[in-house]
This record gives sequence, C-alpha cells and structure tokens, in this order.
Amino acid sequence: MKYVDEFRDPELIRKTTQEIRRLVDPQRQYRLMEVCGGHTHAIYRFGLKDILPENIDLIHGPGCPVCVLPMGRIDDGLSIAKSNDVIFAAFGDMMRVPGAHGSPLECKARGMDVRIVYSPADALKMAKANPTRHVVFFAIGFETTAPSTALVIMRAKQEGVRNFSVFCNHVTIIPAIRAILDSPDMRIDGFIGPGHVSTVIGCRPYEWIARNERKPIVVSGFEPLDLLQSIVMLLRQLQKNEYRVENQYQRVVPWEGNRGALKAMAEVFQVRPYFEWRGMGFISQSALRIRDAYAEWDAEVRFSVEGLRVTDPKAAQCGEVLKGVLKPHQCKLFGTECTPEHPIGALMVSSEGSCAAYHNYEHRKLVALS
Amino acid sequence: MCLAIPGKILEASTTENDATALVEVAGVRRRVDLGLLEDRPRPGDWVLIHVGFAMSKISEQDAIDQMRTLAMLGEAEAAMTEVRGYGSGDETSAEPPQGSK
Repeated sequence: MKYVDEFRDPELIRKTTQEIRRLVDPQRQYRLMEVCGGHTHAIYRFGLKDILPENIDLIHGPGCPVCVLPMGRIDDGLSIAKSNDVIFAAFGDMMRVPGAHGSPLECKARGMDVRIVYSPADALKMAKANPTRHVVFFAIGFETTAPSTALVIMRAKQEGVRNFSVFCNHVTIIPAIRAILDSPDMRIDGFIGPGHVSTVIGCRPYEWIARNERKPIVVSGFEPLDLLQSIVMLLRQLQKNEYRVENQYQRVVPWEGNRGALKAMAEVFQVRPYFEWRGMGFISQSALRIRDAYAEWDAEVRFSVEGLRVTDPKAAQCGEVLKGVLKPHQCKLFGTECTPEHPIGALMVSSEGSCAAYHNYEHRKLVALS
Repeated sequence: MCLAIPGKILEASTTENDATALVEVAGVRRRVDLGLLEDRPRPGDWVLIHVGFAMSKISEQDAIDQMRTLAMLGEAEAAMTEVRGYGSGDETSAEPPQGSK
C-alpha cells in the first residue's frame, strides 16, 4: 500500500459518486462545510465539485491558519526581526503574505535576515548553528502543528538554547467552528471535519456539534476517495435525520487523539483569553500562548511588539470568503487586483487559502465520470 | 498547515534524548522526528508526517477495510433491486423496481 494511489482509484471514485447521486434528495439543497483549508485545496485540485450533484454546495471554512491571521500579527513578527540582530524563520507558506509594510520576502529583499524552515526543529538547529544571532520562529498552524512547536520549545529549554524564541500564533479549530455556527447568516447542514487536526485532538472535541447543534460531522481524509466517502457518510446521516460524529479517516485518526502530542501542548501552551481572527473579529479562547515557565522562549516576552491592529484594505473581502459567506470569485478583487502574483490578502497566497485554490485550479475541469 | 504526507519507516534510531527515523516519501529519504508518538513505530510501518514530525501511525488494516467498503458500494443496492423483482405480492406499490444494473 502506498496510501495515495489507492485512494484515487477511478472505478471506486465512480462507485462512490454514484452512491452520492443515489442518496441525494433532488428536492433538497445540501450545504456542507469543509473546515480545513487542506480539504478546500483537495476539492479544487481534484475537481470534486464537478462530479458532485448540483444540489450539494461545498462551503469553504476558515481552516487556513495563515489566512486567518490579521495583518497586524505579521507586522509584529517582522518588527521583531527588523529592530534587532535577529534571524526571522518561518514556513515557506508565510513568505509572501502581505503585511502593512511588505511581506517577509519583500523584507528579505530589503536586507532583513528572513529564512524558510520546514520544521520548527530546523529553527532550533539554526539557533544552535548561529550562537551570536537570535532566531525567532514565527509559529503558525492549528493543533496539527502546535505540538511540534511545543516539543521544540521544551527541547530548547532542556538544552539551554538561549538565542531562540517563538512568536506564537497557533490557533484552535473548535472556537472557529463555533463562531461559524453562531453566525446568523450561515446555514450549514453538515461538516467535513478536519483530518490532520484530528490526529492530535481526536474526534471527541466535535461531539458538541452533533449533540448541541444537531449537525452531522465526518472527520475526513484528503484523497478524493476520502472526501467522497465522507460526503456519502454525511448524506446517509442527513437522510435519516441523524447527527453523529463519524471518523472516515480511521487509518490515520485515532478517536482519542494523540496523547503524546496533547501532553506536549499542555506542557508548553495555555489558551489566550481572546485572539483576533481576520474577518471574524475577536474569538475567545481561540489561540495559544506560551506558558510563563517557558517565557524565555516567548518572543512576545523577549521583545516588545506594538500589537497594532491593522485592518485589511477596504475593497478586500477576505473575511467574508473565510467565513464561507462569499465564494472566492465573488470577491470584487479576485483575479484582478488580487492574484497569486500580487496578492492583497493571505487567502490568495497560502497553500490552504481558498482563493489560491480556486485561482490555481478553476480552469481545470475533471472529465465528468458518468 | 494541514499538509501531511504518508511515509514509510526505513530505520529508526533512538538515543536517550530523542527518537528519529529515516523515512522514505515518494522515493526521497528524510529524517523525521518521532517525539510525538508514544507508541514508537518500527521499520516497515507507515506514518503520517507533518512539519518534520511523525503525527500518527497509519493502519494498513483500516485502509484495506476502507477499500473493501468502497468496493462494495452499489452492491447492496443491486441486491435490493434483484430481490424487489421477486415480489411476493404483499407489496402494494405498482412502481417498477428502481435503480439500474
């Protein structure tokens, strides 16, 4: 098993799509939200919208940790690197995200020491290799990524690496889902649940969605067959008026989550009372900060950040696209002022941004499997 | 950053301080951190990798079961169509059986 090709088998895709067509009630409009940006990308990349029946509407949720970061936080991170002898290390995904004074890559062109890392562990290695410089790691991501950052901070402390700190922008998925459900103008029938966040938090944290909100949620993998099977499972529940949490991604997601990862997170992080999300305002208890025991590795403690609130350009409708109220191409700037080459907002740049997904794949149509 | 990919463990090395593994992903060999897995995987196991860390062991059995479930889609319906055709006369519906083979 290679765990990739098997989940793209055309015959099985055909069968699953047929099952979807068999299950839909032609009189009914289905609104299913995929929370995770990785799922949005997969949906566009594999042309899944084209093989689904017309009455299934896939709504893109705010599960892109780069996209939901307000511009002010980018500026804060860059300001640390600007005014000190600092190496600014971040994932490649961050490099072209616009701040008020330019993206990290643009700052690099102007002389700032900005470097791409693929892992928080690489940032720590960089600090050890450059003892006279200070490495600040710009940490982003949901619960998928937070445990790795946590483990690296623990190691920095254990090994006494003092020239390393983390600017922590980890956010949590449950408050985001809650904010979507609390939105008066959102009508969602069911959720395609985040696959990789769930390898860490498991499936229990979604039980309130089923129990209190009475919506089905199916935790899904990322291959075409995974997403299609998850839609089958959602439709089956909706057909019977059921609302349960189901795990489609069983080969990877343990129901109880990853205990080691959760322990690392609890050791290093605590929940911020509130955090600002682009387009969604302040959401309480939705982000992580570094605990006092690790304050020496907290860039917000080591350096002073301005904490300015920077609003998006007026014409940009990033917030509405993030909440799923607008589709990417419905934003006035889509494809004209805002393109992957010159992005106005992070959604057009991030590998999990729905605007980038739509722009990169919109002209590719999958031949309809009939 | 939900991007995570499956990789096969080639060899694992555990020192006192940390555990890493040499992993093969699409023909490329990388060193991956096993620090988040309490249950250490062994050579031959597949793991899900995210930002250089193994997040979860991939269950081959669950993957096989899933393939089997999907392969059987449509067969239950076909069986129902077949059986409906036998009709003992108890059913009052005059509609012909649905579905196609």
